[in-house]
Amino acid sequence: MHPIAEKIQSRFPEGFVGANEWRGDLAITVKRETLHDVCSYIRKDPDLDCDYMVHVSSVDWPDDEERFEVVYEVYSIRKRHRIRIKTRVPEHDCLVDSMTDLWMGADFMEREVFDMMGIRFNRHPDLRRILMPDDYTEGYPLRKDFPVQGKGWRDSFDFLNDPT
Amino acid sequence: MKLEDQRTTVYKVDPNHPETESLPTLRTEELLLNMGPQHPSTHGVLKVILELEGERIVKSTPVLGFLHRGVEKLAEGGTYHQFIPHTDRLDYVCAMYNNFAYCRAVEKLMDITLPDRAEYLRTLVAEVQRIIGHLFWLGTQALDIGAMTVFFYTFRDREILLDWFDELCGARLTTSWYRIGGVERDFTPSLTEKVQKFLDYFPPKIEEYVVFLEKNRIWLARTRGVAVISAEDALSFGLSGPTLRGSGVDYDLRKYEPYSAYPKCEFSVPVGKNGDTYDRYWIRIEEMRESIKIIQQCLQQMEPGPILADVPSVTLPPKDRVFTNLESMIQQFKLFSQGFDAPAGEIYCGTEAHKGELGFYIVSTGGGRPYRLKIRAPSFIHMGAFDYMAKGYMIADAVTIFGTYDIVMGECDR
Repeated sequence: MHPIAEKIQSRFPEGFVGANEWRGDLAITVKRETLHDVCSYIRKDPDLDCDYMVHVSSVDWPDDEERFEVVYEVYSIRKRHRIRIKTRVPEHDCLVDSMTDLWMGADFMEREVFDMMGIRFNRHPDLRRILMPDDYTEGYPLRKDFPVQGKGWRDSFDFLNDPT
Repeated sequence: MKLEDQRTTVYKVDPNHPETESLPTLRTEELLLNMGPQHPSTHGVLKVILELEGERIVKSTPVLGFLHRGVEKLAEGGTYHQFIPHTDRLDYVCAMYNNFAYCRAVEKLMDITLPDRAEYLRTLVAEVQRIIGHLFWLGTQALDIGAMTVFFYTFRDREILLDWFDELCGARLTTSWYRIGGVERDFTPSLTEKVQKFLDYFPPKIEEYVVFLEKNRIWLARTRGVAVISAEDALSFGLSGPTLRGSGVDYDLRKYEPYSAYPKCEFSVPVGKNGDTYDRYWIRIEEMRESIKIIQQCLQQMEPGPILADVPSVTLPPKDRVFTNLESMIQQFKLFSQGFDAPAGEIYCGTEAHKGELGFYIVSTGGGRPYRLKIRAPSFIHMGAFDYMAKGYMIADAVTIFGTYDIVMGECDR
């Protein structure tokens, strides 16, 4: 296993789910309850020192019990390593602790995840829609059960229902 | 006299004066100003709600999404090859770099190495695109701030470069020239000659722009000490590119995670000190000079050879063979209709575009289409820092701050 993964595993034996290294990318999966602690650790630990927020993303796995995956990717400018931290949340309770207190950039990136996938973030200062309109009620566009052509009034377009 | 004292002395009302009651009381309150989405300086359709106290910005709330087209959702419906033209429309001023970043990400997913000439061509064109991007930025930033002349000069030179792109791939802006595993078309001898000529033509032109700006009192007053951000805060916000390097962090993926032909070229990464708009301007000017060096080295080191990797299961067959050879035609057809079979896994690949780190996070579950494709767009992430950087500055500086990010809404809203 990658030394960074080992380090996180020894520090958080209960929250650690697994680590994967593929094509040079290190991905560590942790439990949702420990996500904030792990991120706080990799942000503040002098050996890991991940001070740069790369992106926050989310993946929808509709067949799984824990449907959504939240992905944080961070980088260390001084140590030059990239770590991807992932966690899973179920659909009926998709709530993750916000990282806005650790990386300020998480504010917009988490809002985007909320907007696109409907995952809510605990203690986020301003959790509103960001790319879709504020009053948009047709769901979360990047979920797999959201049709590509859209929902709502667009369903009434004739050309969508016309088989030719 | 300080501004606060002036205010109190001028407007102080003597409460014992007999006429005081008939005087209107001086009421102050915060003013809410909608800036955009139809404002010429917002480079597209961006709205910012500014809370003002006098002319100072107390709080600003960017309202994004006017140009949201659901590119990430569309990516899940098409094959990997079919997504390349969509990337043109992300940052529509610098399409080549988007193609580059996307193709690199897919190549990392498929684990393909490229022939040398393809790498050099990619680097060369990417650097030309960087110059175009910086010229576009310089012209519009100066125009927004009030120096109109520079705009004409930079756009004159940008046109020359866009005409090359026209010659290279038939389009000026939406190029789609990069292919997974290489590039679409080689340079013609006349194009190589034009590039060579441009290398002599361009450096004196940079001096020309600098003369316009560096002795311009308005330019200096409106860029020096405006939108200052410390290195630590910039990193925490995830800023990248010149916006981050202006604050003194030398984070440049071309050096940190060398890719393509960059490790074979010698160039330096300019880094600012003060983290203000002026330093970010200076970095962009210096980067244009460095780009010229890289282009020159690419031209010198480049040798004839294939321009597309020979991995028939992934890369497209050469165009001339598609029209004459049946197997190549079938290969082309299959790659576009079904796509290639990508292994299951996930990768993130960041590329140093002229705005900052443009990254693609691709999750694959096998098959010809990405399961999830996330675009790390620098413009979007830079907008996250807008409120923090604009606080306390004047309304007019808001324009400078959009400009200093080099924001393009196509990329920001995706």
